[in-house]
Amino acid sequence: MPRSRRPPARSRTISRPSALAKVATGIDGFDEITGGGLPQGRPTLVCGGPGCGKTLFALQFLVHGATHGESGVFVTFEETEEDLLKNAASLGYDVPGLIERKRLALEYIRVERSEIEETGEYDLEGLFIRLDHALRTVRARRIALDTIESLFAGLSNAGVLRAELRRLFAWLKERGITAVITGERGTDTLTRQGLEEYVSDCVIVLDHRVTDQISTRRLRVVKYRGSSHGTNEYPFLIDRRGLAVLPVTSLQLIHRATSERISTGLDWLDEMFGGLGYFRASSVLLSGGAGTAKTTLAAYFLDAACRRGERALCFQFEESPPQYVRNMRSVGLTLDRWIRKGSLRIHAARPTLYGLEFHLATMHREIEEAQPSVAVIDPLSSFTGGSFEEVNSMVMRLIDYLKGKNITAMFTHLIPGSGASQEVEVGVSSLIDSWILLRNSPPGEHGGRHLSILKSRGMPHSSDRRSFELTDRGPVPVGPARRLPAVRKGRG
Amino acid sequence: MKARRTARKKSPSDEWILRLYVAGQSARSAAALRNLEAICEQHLAGRYRIELIDLLKNPQLARGDQIVAVPTLVRHLPPPMKKIIGDLSNAERVLVGLDLRPRRARGGVRS
Repeated sequence: MPRSRRPPARSRTISRPSALAKVATGIDGFDEITGGGLPQGRPTLVCGGPGCGKTLFALQFLVHGATHGESGVFVTFEETEEDLLKNAASLGYDVPGLIERKRLALEYIRVERSEIEETGEYDLEGLFIRLDHALRTVRARRIALDTIESLFAGLSNAGVLRAELRRLFAWLKERGITAVITGERGTDTLTRQGLEEYVSDCVIVLDHRVTDQISTRRLRVVKYRGSSHGTNEYPFLIDRRGLAVLPVTSLQLIHRATSERISTGLDWLDEMFGGLGYFRASSVLLSGGAGTAKTTLAAYFLDAACRRGERALCFQFEESPPQYVRNMRSVGLTLDRWIRKGSLRIHAARPTLYGLEFHLATMHREIEEAQPSVAVIDPLSSFTGGSFEEVNSMVMRLIDYLKGKNITAMFTHLIPGSGASQEVEVGVSSLIDSWILLRNSPPGEHGGRHLSILKSRGMPHSSDRRSFELTDRGPVPVGPARRLPAVRKGRG
Repeated sequence: MKARRTARKKSPSDEWILRLYVAGQSARSAAALRNLEAICEQHLAGRYRIELIDLLKNPQLARGDQIVAVPTLVRHLPPPMKKIIGDLSNAERVLVGLDLRPRRARGGVRS
């Protein structure tokens, strides 16, 4: 009788397990990319190099739980309680208050090898007893172990440690405690002691890279048993409010299409777009050489939104807000009144100060806070901090995000020199709905500048080349419209 | 339960205070206590005190002496504080750990 014959498969009467329960971490964006947070009642490994944000991840997870009905225990093996409290306070977490109200407990576990002599057999029952005691004190549902690998530095019997860690994770699981276990990145392994071997439910890798003196932080969900998750590397940032992950949507093209149109801010330009302006929630690219009034046109667009009573957000990467407001006053715009009224927000930053991801992350935060209906990014070309692909993917994600939020976005882009098409445009242009090209007119022609629409999806638009001049009342068309030679792109 | 075994008190200055942390009454705990008593009787007769602490009964006591492994022996007096973990089966190492015998030339030599 062949040995391979198996007993008949048991009929599957077991009902399909319900979707994996998840608990929120309160980390902006993270709960979105994981479809709800961390697996409930299971351990999750969070690993990465020094300073990658592991401790913060763990802390935020606990504080969020503590303030939302799930008490937690923070077990620190490296930082003293005092240091941890200090760090937490810098993020505005009232950890002492949470401890007082028994929503949170801190347990500092120190194992100093130089103080310890080992002789004969032992186990880590002392650790279990301490954790059990701490968990009971606050009736915890969550725990963070940061960084349990430190035990390996303090105790020499790795065999015992491994067996005990395995037992510990099983013990936590049995009690239904949602755990975050941090680990330091090893040379060839995710963690120095190979903790990934014991924690098989969910593994998250944090990464902190510095390229061209600009730091970028990324997060990746390496494994999430029983749950679908994005496998991308998600940029994240650490700022005064803690950790925030950018839910980089996977360019799914599921945006609702609206036929609502909004003004460009200039009658004559609206005219060129079939008399109605841009589509709401579309993306507009203004590209042109230096001094072709890109910023001015974008400011008119912002002004029009404020006039309609909407909120507008401007990311300004070349000028400070007062400088910008002053300069726009010279072309007939009084933006300060919108700022005072609270309908216009200007976020200025030096593009080289941070990495692309950080910018993207900050933009997300600003957008979340301001909830604008239109946003201007001026200029896009200042993001040179990464490779072409990096810039491109960042812009794609930004466009996608803005569309998803129903925000009409305008990007300006500087074409250096003569104005030959640049890489960034080529990459991004497929995501852009309306593309306006601005040029300095050849000497002797009217107006000094001209504008043409390279494409504008889904609407009739002018294929003329319009000359205009910049006056103290704004951009004003001059002379007759000229038909543009052959080139005309766009579906529509 | 804190079982105090006091063997003939001398002046408090040279008294040794040793705390043995265990978890329940396991064979390992019993062995550790046995081993410790034997060593003390031989080397510290009349000037030691052993405090046995069962962490299952007093879990809150694990924190103060930073106990992780059991059994753990803590030398409270004389200072400095010393810790020895395990069932204390190797008397030689226990003596070294308690500074009752000079450390042999190993990795870290102490003066």
